[in-house]
Amino acid sequence: MTNMINRFICIIFMLFLPALSGAADVIQGEVTQQPVNITAISMFLIFVTGTLGITYWAARRTKSTKDFYAAGGQITGLQNGLAIAGDYMSAASFLGISGLVFASGFDGLIYSIGFLVGWPIILFLLAERLRNLGKYTFADAVSYRLRPLPIRSLSACGTLTVVLLYLIAQMVGAGKLIQILFGLEYHYAVVIVGVLMVLYVTFGGMLATTWVQIIKAVLLLFGATFIALAVMYQMDFSFETLFVSAVEVHKSGINIMSPGGLVSDPVSAISLGLALMFGTAGLPHILMRFFTVPDAQEARKSVFFATGFIGYFYILTFIIGFGAIVLLVNNPEFLDPETGGILGGNNMAAIHLSQAVGGEVFLGFISAVAFATILAVVSGLTLSGASAISHDLYASVIRHGEVLEGEEIRVSRIATIILGIAAIFLGIIFEQQNVAYMVGLAFAIAASVNFPVLFLSMFWQRLTTRGAFIGGSIGLITAVLCMLFGPTIWVDILGNTKAIFPYKHPALFSMSAAFISIYIISRLDNSESGRAEALAFEDQYVRSQTGLGSEGSVQH
Amino acid sequence: MQHLYRRIYADPEFHELELKRGWFSWCLASILLFTYFTFILIIAFAPHIFAIPVIEGQIITWGIPVALFVIFLSFVLTGIYVYRANTKFDQLVKDVVEHARNASDD
Repeated sequence: MTNMINRFICIIFMLFLPALSGAADVIQGEVTQQPVNITAISMFLIFVTGTLGITYWAARRTKSTKDFYAAGGQITGLQNGLAIAGDYMSAASFLGISGLVFASGFDGLIYSIGFLVGWPIILFLLAERLRNLGKYTFADAVSYRLRPLPIRSLSACGTLTVVLLYLIAQMVGAGKLIQILFGLEYHYAVVIVGVLMVLYVTFGGMLATTWVQIIKAVLLLFGATFIALAVMYQMDFSFETLFVSAVEVHKSGINIMSPGGLVSDPVSAISLGLALMFGTAGLPHILMRFFTVPDAQEARKSVFFATGFIGYFYILTFIIGFGAIVLLVNNPEFLDPETGGILGGNNMAAIHLSQAVGGEVFLGFISAVAFATILAVVSGLTLSGASAISHDLYASVIRHGEVLEGEEIRVSRIATIILGIAAIFLGIIFEQQNVAYMVGLAFAIAASVNFPVLFLSMFWQRLTTRGAFIGGSIGLITAVLCMLFGPTIWVDILGNTKAIFPYKHPALFSMSAAFISIYIISRLDNSESGRAEALAFEDQYVRSQTGLGSEGSVQH
Repeated sequence: MQHLYRRIYADPEFHELELKRGWFSWCLASILLFTYFTFILIIAFAPHIFAIPVIEGQIITWGIPVALFVIFLSFVLTGIYVYRANTKFDQLVKDVVEHARNASDD
């Protein structure tokens, strides 16, 4: 449970922060462990004010559905690359991976690399085809030749499951962060994030979301670079010194220098690897970013920039994680006297380290940046979840495309509010989970539903609606069941003693189930419509390869 | 539009281009997949390999430079692809489309 309890401060104080000094007094009166950091709060307020300003600016420019979902298709490759990096360098990456490195050393790198290698694959196989075929969501591309009703229903299910899982991870990060930063109760923190994200998305749409992500990406890259340099400065810029000092103080000793406990058996290792690599290519909020650029060329460039920024960032998180081991493990200032662990859990390693190397002011800066990170990512996720509801489910499935622009945006805004409430609720339930690990689960589902369907729709002529729908559903159900009966939920959360499904990472099984069943069912599908869909592949193929007739190109 | 799609699909030059482009994409993808899964399989089946120090007596293990190499490789392969696609392939695609457009005007 939370260590910093402050029963008397309610969320009202956070939402009406001009009464800052008043709030500070109350916090000082109640909280013994975490005094209020005025610098941090000020920087956080500057960010919130700035981003709300951007949201106001974006809201005035957001008129059509294309503005709302795709920022009018006018984002450049570099901007989109930064925004993708911003989307991707989430709380899970920054706090979770540096926390993983802090807890188990080398193993943190396995996650980083898995997260990164999905990018080139997206570029080589999907990015430009997706850009050429789709409009606002990846389901647009899949339903180009397949029947929209079942395909969009399935894609929306896949999208919403992924979005909710990913949201949980972000919410947990946000809750812990504000807990440390303000000494505010976890639950309140989660509610604040939920409210702000709903404001950004409902009013500013994709344009506001994109700029929030760009700004936060720049701030985060700057902040992480500073921490890493400060750590290396203390180590005389010698990695040998860094690693030797870390091994000396870490409870696992020399084992942190090689693969170990986190990925203990071959099946889990391969399964995790598959989930991370192909999951990226199935993340709806990432795929959606390819529709914000004007053409396929810019789509490609954005992946190049994104890969560079993300790769650089992961190298920094590795240094940060080891720096945290050296500088925090024996420092009583950052330890929880009750548990002996680090205050706020391993995910807070990067935050504490920023204080250790840069003092209060820098702690304030990094806290504000980390908070901005979470807000930006949850906004992107929520927008993508809301589009699945409004564009795929409402406009296409329920209304068969007969829907007015204003109506679709309104449904999207209502969906955003519902998702906000769901995120708050789930964030509270999943308080004690490692955030990077929750993201791993989201990746497994993305890799088992969205990716197989999207990939086969572009590369395999014989794919039929029936195959995609049933096979994709099997992938989704397999992934969810394996998760539910696996060690994480069945044992850790529901408190059973033994897991029914023994592996933490289901992707190997659920991805195989999806691909095999899609293949078999498509092959067995001799229906009239199935044959017509195979025939329509030729047109789709030409369009996906040339961009002819695609959104934003020369009109039909 | 469909008319144009049919015409392009019937053009052997288009298929030749796609063959070339597809081969290039899959080549780069295979290099990355091979490297990455070798990395993962070593972690799964022979993690002790990554525990061997690069220089005897020092602490940095092989796991670390190999991991950095995979990150670097991802970036380099992405760069190669974008450069080639945005210059050479896009021009060839444009030629094919132009060709089909002109033919349909006749």
